[in-house]
Amino acid sequence: MRTNLMLSAVGAFVLLAAGAVLLPDWAMFLCAMALAKGLVSLGIVGMMRGGLVSFGQGLYYCLGAYTATLVAGQLGVSDIFLLTLLSAGVCLVVGALFGPLLAGYRGIFFAMLSLALSMVLYGTLAKLTVLGGTDGLNIGAPTFFGWDPEGRALQTALYLYVAVLVVVAGTLMRIYFDSEQGLITLATRDNELRVEYLGASVRTVMSYNYVFGAVLGGIGGTIAALALGHVDPEFAFWTTSGEFVFVAILAGYLSVPAVFVAAIILEMVRSFSNLYFPNTWQLALGIFLLIVIVVLPNGLGSLVRRRKGDAT
Amino acid sequence: MTQAVLDVRDVQKSFGAVTAAKDINVSVPEGAVYSLIGTNGAGKTTFVNMVTGYIKPDSGVINFAGRNITGMGPRQITRLGIHRSFQIAQLCNELTVEENMVVAATIHKSARPSFWRNAHGAEARERALATLERFRIAEHRNRLIPELSGGVKKLLDIAMAIAGQTKVMLLDEPTSGVAADEKFPIMDLVIEALRAEGVTVIFVEHDMDIVTRYSDRVLAFYDGRIIADDAPEEVLSDPDVQRYVTGGAA
Amino acid sequence: MDLAATILVDGLIYAGWLFIVSVGLTLVFGVLNILNIAHGSLYAIGAYAAASMVGAYFAWGGDAFPYGSYVAMIVAALLVALVLGPLLERGLLRFFYGRDEVLNVLVTYAVFLILEDVMKLIWGVNPYFVYEPYTLLGDVEMGPLFYVGYDFAVIAAAIIVGLAVWLSLNRTRMGKVVLAVIHDSEMSQTMGVNVQRIYLGAFMAGAFLAALGGALTAPMISVTPGLGVNVIIVAFAVVIIGGLGSIPGAAIGALMVGISRAASVHMLPEAELFIIYFVMAIVLLFRPEGLFAKTQARKI
Repeated sequence: MRTNLMLSAVGAFVLLAAGAVLLPDWAMFLCAMALAKGLVSLGIVGMMRGGLVSFGQGLYYCLGAYTATLVAGQLGVSDIFLLTLLSAGVCLVVGALFGPLLAGYRGIFFAMLSLALSMVLYGTLAKLTVLGGTDGLNIGAPTFFGWDPEGRALQTALYLYVAVLVVVAGTLMRIYFDSEQGLITLATRDNELRVEYLGASVRTVMSYNYVFGAVLGGIGGTIAALALGHVDPEFAFWTTSGEFVFVAILAGYLSVPAVFVAAIILEMVRSFSNLYFPNTWQLALGIFLLIVIVVLPNGLGSLVRRRKGDAT
Repeated sequence: MTQAVLDVRDVQKSFGAVTAAKDINVSVPEGAVYSLIGTNGAGKTTFVNMVTGYIKPDSGVINFAGRNITGMGPRQITRLGIHRSFQIAQLCNELTVEENMVVAATIHKSARPSFWRNAHGAEARERALATLERFRIAEHRNRLIPELSGGVKKLLDIAMAIAGQTKVMLLDEPTSGVAADEKFPIMDLVIEALRAEGVTVIFVEHDMDIVTRYSDRVLAFYDGRIIADDAPEEVLSDPDVQRYVTGGAA
Repeated sequence: MDLAATILVDGLIYAGWLFIVSVGLTLVFGVLNILNIAHGSLYAIGAYAAASMVGAYFAWGGDAFPYGSYVAMIVAALLVALVLGPLLERGLLRFFYGRDEVLNVLVTYAVFLILEDVMKLIWGVNPYFVYEPYTLLGDVEMGPLFYVGYDFAVIAAAIIVGLAVWLSLNRTRMGKVVLAVIHDSEMSQTMGVNVQRIYLGAFMAGAFLAALGGALTAPMISVTPGLGVNVIIVAFAVVIIGGLGSIPGAAIGALMVGISRAASVHMLPEAELFIIYFVMAIVLLFRPEGLFAKTQARKI
């Protein structure tokens, strides 16, 4: 029954892995960053399926990044798997703490509260001189089960690692989206009252989505920190979170691969515009966002995947 | 008479200066079919909302099968087996009829839905389809909600509520928004299905023909109070009821 | 002067500024039901426009009567409202009325992104300084501390803005209609209110207040790109604390945030950058829709 899904997963990985051979260094770095950020946006998409949009995923992106950096710096851990696991774990705990609390809020209030939390982290980190203040901290190159690559090999290894994470996380989220709980999430987005009156807890639905978003955010942040070799409080700033939302909106909630396509598009538009029109790239982005909202209200995903019943 | 499955004692509720429920005392025996009549704003929907936990009474006690359910939320009360339908059908507009039904069946089946099992699997769809067929709306299964007629929406709304182990069913105006010639067929279908399973039914209704035909007993509401509580013929011939409920307006 | 008094004075100055930048945001939300991120851009444009205007004023011989620069600042804010208000409301936002609140936040986020670059195209990326209006009012001595007179002028401006908004809402026919729309726009529509005109008027008033906030701030800072980014988030916090759409809420929210930030600056400087959000989170914990929110139960 899941053969198609598995085949798509393998196909997606082959496609991404081909990039490791074909892409020049700069493009591989760009793609690795885009995929890492795509993971964060995938978490927002999960929440969007329940009708919530978090404007504060920078919280977990930053938390994951700082956890990895501190563990690497203080405890001398450089193994990428361990770092990812630890960051994801910290974000899981924090997410499980805030999730049930935030799950009681809707619409703008959820968006603003999640944003407030990320700004609290931003404000704290910017003032904490032990953690580098606004300058942030550096993190060394990761190792892979003791293997310690350099140069292009390191780039490639990091890129392939993100590719694996993206495929695994994407597949798991697809299974979740199509599951019983996933369908109840969609129903919640539509009509909370109905869901409560069927006997399911809307709060629980939202809490799970929030926690998944937190873990994905933490993993994305860890990868970004390792790819950049540096973290700073801007990871938690609201404009960073805004970009994650941008990607989620661009992708829509229907298709998982669309999230990563959208993330790569954004990252490409950004780097090209930065190069050629440094003063108008936000302008282009804004117009682009408006067009997506008007023309493709369900995002890029609606181009490849339709909801049942739309065809009739 | 069998023991009361739903027992409402001295319930009061007001919204600011408006009294929505005053000295409400109702005792519904198991398996009975009750109807609630009264003009708009008389307190019928408030009654349904209080029994199902959407609003909490200011004072008084609501017992279900000997258990105090006053102050519980809709979810807990639903889990106990008190289900309801809505004046305006509460459906998920972006899902198909079948998916709506799958959602209902999934939640009713287990308090802990799976994060892994595919909701669109053959088993889940078959189960949903069976209920849809029972309510004769299976032909619409692949349509989205906004395309449906009022009658089909109502039936789906009720079918979703009944998908669980219903013990008490509250129907809030099951025939409002339904074409005139569909009203009796819908009520036939619904009441028959509920009676067959021994479900206790309370329905809100404006059409007195439907009230007399389907209910064993009628509660007439006026200004937040119950002014009559008796067999349909008795209530409808009551001078107060004729004056405040059925007369004039109807 | 003791600590409490210092905190109070600093807090009031900051609260005055906060109120001016957030009251327009809450007004626009109340009427249009749109939480306008571009409010921050209007603030920044107001600051730039005021900087240019004041610069031009002195360049054309304003030294003879320097106080005229205050008029130039207000005129700048008015111009921003008159040009951008209709452009944004009629040209874009009206197509999104009644849509999902969060979607509308994204629409205004797009506008925000666009305006960020438009500002760079018009004013470039180099900072503007117009300190003259700031120093014009001299210093005020309070015990051992000196305050710049202009800071108190900001408090005065906030009080005037608050009174003006309150009077025009409660003491004019038009204002009462606006309050009716805030309360229930569908109902007002059926009662024959020209909602379109109210929407445009409210948005322009909101734009003016945002631009005025920027204009008043321009002399106190160097006007540079990215000015609107922080302001909008702070203003959001204030209106969420007060309850979206509530004018008194914006005032109370501004006071709470102003005083707590001043307290944190003097007593716990580490918390300065996040105290606002902390206050907001606490308020929402106990009042999930803010202090003065209109709560409506859904009818089923």
